[in-house]
Amino acid sequence: MERKLNTPISDPVRKSLCAGEEVLISGTIYTARDAAHRLMVESIENKQALPFDFEGQIIYYVGPTPAKTGQAIGSCGPTSSYRMDRYSPSLMEKGLKVMIGKGERTEPLREVIQAQEAVYLIAIGGIGALLSKTVVSSEIIAYDELGPEAIRKLSVKDFPAIVAIDSKGQSIFK
Amino acid sequence: MHKIARELVVNHVKDMIIESTKTLDKSIVDSLFLAKDQEENPLAKSVLEKIIKNQEIAKTEDIPLCQDTGIVVCFVEVGRDLHFDYDLRHAINEGVSKGYIEGFLRKSIVSHPLKRVNTQDNTPAVIHFDFISGKQLIIHLAPKGGGSENMSTLKMLSPADGRQGIIDFVLKSIKDAGGKPCPPLIVGVGIGGNFEYVAELAKKAIFRPLSDVSPIMEDRLLEEELLEKINALDVGPMGLGGKTTALAVKVNSAACHIASLPVAVNLQCHSARKSEVILIGTQA
Ligand code: SF4
Repeated sequence: MERKLNTPISDPVRKSLCAGEEVLISGTIYTARDAAHRLMVESIENKQALPFDFEGQIIYYVGPTPAKTGQAIGSCGPTSSYRMDRYSPSLMEKGLKVMIGKGERTEPLREVIQAQEAVYLIAIGGIGALLSKTVVSSEIIAYDELGPEAIRKLSVKDFPAIVAIDSKGQSIFK
Repeated sequence: MHKIARELVVNHVKDMIIESTKTLDKSIVDSLFLAKDQEENPLAKSVLEKIIKNQEIAKTEDIPLCQDTGIVVCFVEVGRDLHFDYDLRHAINEGVSKGYIEGFLRKSIVSHPLKRVNTQDNTPAVIHFDFISGKQLIIHLAPKGGGSENMSTLKMLSPADGRQGIIDFVLKSIKDAGGKPCPPLIVGVGIGGNFEYVAELAKKAIFRPLSDVSPIMEDRLLEEELLEKINALDVGPMGLGGKTTALAVKVNSAACHIASLPVAVNLQCHSARKSEVILIGTQA
């Protein structure tokens, strides 16, 4: 049975998640992939404001297909997380605690996740059609010029994910 | 002399792209069902169930199977009796452009690897031409995902490494890739040729029908052994463990230099989208 999670995710809830647990997320999640990560880290280095406050929020690594009229979003499955590994530590220092992507992360990043008591969730890759049905609304809030890589604020209902690395650093991957 | 109208090529390419990004071939769906029934790992079963459900939603609700609608790869076979008074490469790219724009597909191509400016219509496609006899134009096309492509590998082995060297390299490639290429996979293996040709052999291998077995005994035995060993790695669907790491392994071989044993592994994800059309030229 999947466990229901509502955003924003509180510290005790986040710390109670265990690697291997299946969850259904409802609430707000923010999208960002390679290019948006690069821009956010540049903003941090230049001491500029970030597109949104990371406190209790989730970043989901996705670049959706364009929505047709009547759809909130197009196909929207996860992209590989390891490409974000060089950026994530900076974001975690700024308060980011929950990330969703697909696939393994590097060992140094797992250690940062453990040190920050953050959580890495995975969504199933290649099921973007199914996941699109859990998105109620989508709005671009930053980096519009990046097209599919723009930052979107999604409102989701029962978005399925699996805890891959928990706050104690335990990983589901062999 | 025979001709094929440019418009026909453009429209077929467009339609193949739109159709293939939303429908998974029946042979793959059947194989996913079989894998789901055989899986004992509950998480692996749950992942496979969702992959199966996803292709049903994609097909019935006309939503792309995956948000990464890929880079288009084409293998084009051109009949020797055909005459073209237009640039066939341009026509194929026009079909690609129309398919991605009209089909609401993601445009994932940047014009230069370092400047990284999106071309906005997913062109250019990677197109390989070959010649055949007759008046047919055959286009094999695949919108190929970046995640699985990124985990593909190539190595120039030494002839002394032999068959075991090939097996070790393939297994290491799959294990290192883990969940990143979205297993269950179709594994294309090229052996022989030279540096660039071995990669092409591996790419061509993922275009082979799922049930196809190599007519060459050595390659067929390698396909069987590799499939068994890959599925014993416990990588499993999305890298979460289980016995369904690959649905199929295809090996393509070619002649090579006395000093070389090239091997390439091209990974295709479970969203194994591809399509094919045969156009026949009319007397001009
Ligand atoms: S590897 Fe394939 S299934 Fe996975 S995200 Fe990329 S295109 Fe989609």
